[in-house]
Amino acid sequence: MAATATGIHHRSYTSELRLRATRAEYFRLGLMTVLLLILPFVLDNFWLSQANLILIAVIGAVGLNILVGYTGQISLGQGGFLAVGAYSSAILSDRIGLPTPLAILVAVLLTAAVGTFFGLPGLRLKGLYLAIATLASQMIIEFVIRRWDWLTLGQGYLNVERLNLFGFQIGGRQVFEQQWYWVLLVLAVLTVLTARNLFRTGLGRSFMAVRDQDIAAEAIGVNIPRAKLTAFAVSSGFVGLAGALTAHYSEVVSWEKFTLDVSILYLAMIIVGGLGSIAGAVYGAIFMTMLPELIRQLSLGLGDTLPFLADELPAVRNAVFGLVIILFLILEPRGLDRIWHRIKDYFRYWPFRY
Amino acid sequence: MSTFINQLAYGLADGSILALAALGFVLIYKATGVINFAQGEFLLVGAYMFYTAFVVLNLPLVVAVVFGVVVATLIGVLVERLILRPMVGENPISIIMVTIGLSSLLKALVQAFYGTSPKRQPPILPTGSVEILGATVPVNRLAAIAIAAIVLTAFTVFFRKSRHGIAMRAVADDQQAAMTMGISVRRIFALAWALAAVSALIAGVLVGDISAVDNNIAAFGLLVFPVVILGGLDSVPGTIIGGLTIGLLKQFTAGYLDPGLATVIPYIVLVLILLVRPYGIFGETRIERV
Repeated sequence: MAATATGIHHRSYTSELRLRATRAEYFRLGLMTVLLLILPFVLDNFWLSQANLILIAVIGAVGLNILVGYTGQISLGQGGFLAVGAYSSAILSDRIGLPTPLAILVAVLLTAAVGTFFGLPGLRLKGLYLAIATLASQMIIEFVIRRWDWLTLGQGYLNVERLNLFGFQIGGRQVFEQQWYWVLLVLAVLTVLTARNLFRTGLGRSFMAVRDQDIAAEAIGVNIPRAKLTAFAVSSGFVGLAGALTAHYSEVVSWEKFTLDVSILYLAMIIVGGLGSIAGAVYGAIFMTMLPELIRQLSLGLGDTLPFLADELPAVRNAVFGLVIILFLILEPRGLDRIWHRIKDYFRYWPFRY
Repeated sequence: MSTFINQLAYGLADGSILALAALGFVLIYKATGVINFAQGEFLLVGAYMFYTAFVVLNLPLVVAVVFGVVVATLIGVLVERLILRPMVGENPISIIMVTIGLSSLLKALVQAFYGTSPKRQPPILPTGSVEILGATVPVNRLAAIAIAAIVLTAFTVFFRKSRHGIAMRAVADDQQAAMTMGISVRRIFALAWALAAVSALIAGVLVGDISAVDNNIAAFGLLVFPVVILGGLDSVPGTIIGGLTIGLLKQFTAGYLDPGLATVIPYIVLVLILLVRPYGIFGETRIERV
């Protein structure tokens, strides 16, 4: 392998199989590791809580991107699957008394099972029809968690005990965000690595074959029903993990956190980040989680000159949300990931344009 | 018996409004292949435009209707030109997502200008109630059914008889062939969006008159999906059958079983249809070849 002034040329299979090929990529990886490690020591509690929300969103967005971006099966049921993960983990750990890590694991498996069940219509349908089928699954799950009193013992919401990992108890206000940061960082990094490597295996390749041309994929021996259902299972498994973490992190579970809007928010993350790109899911999760806060800061800042912005904050936020989705889809359908690639390529090929 | 007649009237009124909303959806899908998740917001915007003309600007009813139709047409054409045309050739996921973005934007704009509190407007439909077989049925529901029936008939005649209607059917059938016959596909696309916006306006004004002009009108947008899946995504008669079926089903569930269950029953029906007969009652079965 050699990185020349004009691009990357592989000279052996092992070099081609590497996740990172050039020295610049190792340098960036090192830089990012340092940044992630010092983050909890420089941020205050508020921004650290934002970072924690981002890490949970990363896990959920990567999960969704496996299904939508890599397998080409659109899902509007993300909110419902997050709910399955959150409720089952909370109930298993607090009411049934399983150790929390085990409860989270069971929640992941349960969400994968529910996801596979709602993926069944996907065996006959694709594209538009599947979007509508998953919309229905969102509505049905939302109805169940709102109306099934047993879930919340009739309170309408569920309190979750503070996280206890292998005898280690998350501490109080002062260290709460910081300790969570480490837990979530480890899980998010593992998620990203798992997903990144999944698409170097035969299973991951078969997902992409289904997306690109399903009938041709079948002709070369891909078992389409199995690939589609496995994609639903794997993807919902990650989503279930994100849901379970939401429950334990926020320490309260209620149905308002899992509405159709949440499904749309996650779809927006992977669209803005870049469909079919793990890094894109990460960028999208960061961007869409920060967006409301950025808009809030901006409209507070502009509050004196444009009082309209601050007065109508929720409406402004939704308008910007819709506008961001539309503009990204029209101007840069491959998302932030493509923009980043273009910047890198510009420097890599400089002084040539191509 | 009298409750049954009552439920029937309410269900049919809801169902015929749903059919109107679904008509716009089917028009867009048939002509342009776009699944419009913003259909409910078209109802919302239509209702508020009419409210603005009728109550805020205090225009006479007929002028207000004309104003609403003109604005709805403009919005439809603009949306097609600015948002959907650049998306031609993109994958279905992106096209679905762009209409979801549009729905979020439209809802936010309405909220920014009119707030979230419900608006009252003087009734346009006749008030009072009539006795039918011992049941007291409000006249405005019956009027809504009648108006929806007239509009749906007018649209059906338009597709069957008029030049533009025939051109629309040609484009829906085969864009390439239609183009070679000298039909402007772009104009047909714009026409489809404009007609969809107008039918949504009528539906929105009817909902606004029966209940109140507020953000809940947009909720009709999601109910369109069970309707069109039942009737068939690309079938105009299907919207009428589907709309009435879902409307009645919802009303009877709410009346006889549980009002909460009524909100979810259309989606359960939706899943069942998708599993048994994905293309609906009148939908065209697509056969794929590589």
